[in-house]
This record gives sequence, structure tokens and C-alpha cells, in this order.
Amino acid sequence: MATKEYSFYPGCSSQEGASSSNYLKSVNTMCEVLDIKLNTIPDWNCCSASIGYCGGGELPRLALSARNIALSEQHNAGQDIVATCAACWLATKETQERLEMDGDLMAETNQALSEAGLTLKNENKIRHMVEVLIEDLGYDELGKHVTKPLEGIKIAGYVGCQTNRPFGIEGESFENPKYLDKFIETMGAEPVEKYDKKVSCCGGALAFSEPEKSQALIKDIIEAAYDGGADMIVTPCPVCQMNVEVYQDKINAKYGTKFSIPVTYYSTLMSVAYGKSGKEAGLDGQIIPAKKLEDIAGK
Amino acid sequence: MSDTNTSMVEKYRNNFLKEVEANVEEGEWVKMCMQCGVCSGSCPLGPHWDHPPQELFMMIRAGKRDEVLESTSMWMCTSCYNCIVRCPRELPITHIMHGLAHYATRLGIEPKNQPTRKFAQLFWDNLARNGRVNELKLGISLYFMNGIVEGIKTALGMAGIGMGMVKTKRMNPMEILGGHTVKDKKGFQAMIKKAQELEAARVDN
Repeated sequence: MATKEYSFYPGCSSQEGASSSNYLKSVNTMCEVLDIKLNTIPDWNCCSASIGYCGGGELPRLALSARNIALSEQHNAGQDIVATCAACWLATKETQERLEMDGDLMAETNQALSEAGLTLKNENKIRHMVEVLIEDLGYDELGKHVTKPLEGIKIAGYVGCQTNRPFGIEGESFENPKYLDKFIETMGAEPVEKYDKKVSCCGGALAFSEPEKSQALIKDIIEAAYDGGADMIVTPCPVCQMNVEVYQDKINAKYGTKFSIPVTYYSTLMSVAYGKSGKEAGLDGQIIPAKKLEDIAGK
Repeated sequence: MSDTNTSMVEKYRNNFLKEVEANVEEGEWVKMCMQCGVCSGSCPLGPHWDHPPQELFMMIRAGKRDEVLESTSMWMCTSCYNCIVRCPRELPITHIMHGLAHYATRLGIEPKNQPTRKFAQLFWDNLARNGRVNELKLGISLYFMNGIVEGIKTALGMAGIGMGMVKTKRMNPMEILGGHTVKDKKGFQAMIKKAQELEAARVDN
């Protein structure tokens, strides 16, 4: 199969020394195996995620994503824009949609962009990495590269919010999307059936500002994974990953639970199943080590 | 009371719905709400809201201007988009909540001590400075947003998590010296400034 090329928007949390740098590591490893070439958008900026609305009004926020799309059009002409972060994907796609629908906003956005010497045509598709895997490659192709099936690991596929709503993945339902379970199966592991917190909210950015309220939500997400017999949790979202992994000690202290369940990305699973080392899979980025994956990677 | 707030009160008199439709992001959708309550029942932090979305929509129509704009409720939106995908009338509820919060801020009547309000403002200031988020500085400013004593307590409480992040190279203490940035900072900031000017002109007219 010929190399597939995309214009890549990595986002703030994936930068070196940032909270999901291990996600990017595993994505790069996974893409190398799958012959996917990611051309990073030069000089991309923050999308303002879903929490920029206090200081940033509608137009300044749209301008942020518009700048990224315009830079992509200029440097990676004709290529679909792909994001790995749920919030980056959502904000960019929302911008594209809103500017398509509203000519006045589009004109004003271009006026703002001209201050940075840019123009927006708004013609390329905005996609999540998960869409590329499912739609451009397909489960069969993803399965072909497995050299170390993840046998004997039971995994709760935690899809979360923003990879699922409001856009979601074509052909999947908002209430019970199946793609993450299919990824898990394709890699040779066993998905938790009827994981009832699959699309529940972890609190998102409010894990910082409303820690107690958010940790109550996170507790339920982890509890449901244990109830389903999971050894670990996997997610497509950097905020979900961080929130569900790093607060387990705090939750244990408050609720008397004994949580210690690793939370990784789908790309971590795939890198390990594709025979890559723990380091290449980003396993050294786990605060709660994913022992079962480490064992397979070390074999 | 800010000048913008006073002039808005005068301009719209008793028609708060009209004010929302004209000035709040996606505000023209508010009148479409049929009060079914699915949004309120679908909200992860809904039990903590004084006025869930459905109620806010009715309050807007009833002209409860101060109660709506000074409310802490919409600041507890986690942006999970559950309400949006479940709304039978397809109102972009998440965006209206963000829009109401932003509009209250623009008028200077937002609930100043609401923690997510503070955090959201810190986040914006952080990204607007260099074009990219500096997670370390954001975290530190978050811990200290309620003053120095509270800050030290929070920082100590979070030290375990911070150390875990540093050890796994998911946080870099050196970011304090500057950190990630866009190269065209000048163009970036000029663009934001222009967008802010254009938007202010729209609201003030």
C-alpha cells in the first residue's frame, strides 16, 4: 500500500515535556508501522480547547483554529488535517463548520488572519486519527500488522466525550460507539462488554478547577471498568487519559478505594501489538505502569 | 457596573431574550427550547448547577437578566456535549452556555470567584501570550489563583501528581523559563487583537 499523507495538528498537550507527549510517541510509532506520513502544520497554535471561552469570544477563538487551517492550506496543500487530541479535532472541525455556515464570520475571520499574513479557503477535511485508522485503513489492515497479540488482557474502552460528541465517528452511535472495542479485539485483547461508563464525562478541564466534583465522576468511570473485570483502560483522548490515570491516589484517599489501573491510548496498544518496544510505545510515560503491556513488549 | 452593561440594559430594556439573541454566541437558538429537560438530566455536573440549561432558557425568556448572567451555573459546563446530541430540537446548548459565560464576562458581571471562571481566564491568558499552552505555568497559576496561602497548600497536595508527571517526562520544570511558543508571535497577537476589535464593534453597536 502506498504511503498515506496527512497534515498533522499535534496540539499543545503533545509537545515535548507536556502531559500527553507519550501519546505522540506512540502515534508516531503506530504510523510508522502503518506507513502513514504525518506532516506537522508549521507554527501551529493552541485551539483554546473547550475552556478558552472566558477570555476569548467567538471570533478570537475561531481565528485560532482558522490560523491552523490556513497554515495547513499553505504548507500542506490538499491534505486532510488530522488531529490526535479530541479537543484539537473538535475545535478545528467546529471552526470549519461555523465558517462554512456564516459568511460574515468567515469575512471577519479572514480580516483577522490577514494581520498574520494569512488567508483561509476552508476546503480541507478535518479528521481525527481514529477516523483515518477506521476509514482509510480499516480493521483488517490494522490487524495485519499484529505480531504480538495482546492475549489475556481485558480492557475497558473508555471513549469519553469529545471524540464521540457532537461529531463522533461515522456509523457509530453516541450512546454506545463500538470502534474502540473493535480496536481492542483487533489487537488480540478482550474488550469489556457493556462498559457502562464508556461515554461518560471525566470532568474535562474542570478536573483542575472543580477537583472534587470531577473526581466523583472519575471514580465511577474506574469503578465500572473494575466491575467489568478490566486489567486496564484505553482511551483516544489526552484529557481522559490524564484525568483517569493521575487522580487515582486522591480518589483512594477520599473514598477508601484501592484503584491502581493503568490507562493508555489506543496507539499504545497498537504499538505494543505491532511488536515495538515499551519505549517506542510510550509505556515509560505511564504513571501507573501498564505491567501486562510491558511484559508483552519485553518478550 | 461597567459602561457596556449599563448601555446594554438601556438598549434592550425589558427584552432580555432579544439581548441574548443579538449578543450571545448561538443565542438565536434560545427561543427554540421546548422545556423537555433532557439537557438538564444529561449534564454530568447538572446536580451542582443552581439553574440547569433548560431553566436558564426559560429564565432568559422571563427576563431574569441578573439571575442568568450572574449565575455560576453555566461555568460548570464540562463541554461534554451530551446535551447537544440529545436535544430533540438540536439546540447547540454547550455553545450557548459558553456564550452566556463569555457575555457575562464582557459585561463585567460574571461571578468573580467561581473557580472555573478563574481557570478559564488563566487558560486564555496563557495561550494568548505565546500561542501555545504552557502547562507548567498554567498549573502553577491555577494553584495560586486563590492567594498565596491556599496556593502553597494546593501545590503541596498536588506534589505527588506533579512528581509523577515530571518523572515520566510529561511535565518539564524548565518550562518556567519560557517554554513552547509559536514562532510568529507578532502576527499571532495581531490576529487575536484584530478579532477582538471586530467582535467588540459588533457587540457595542
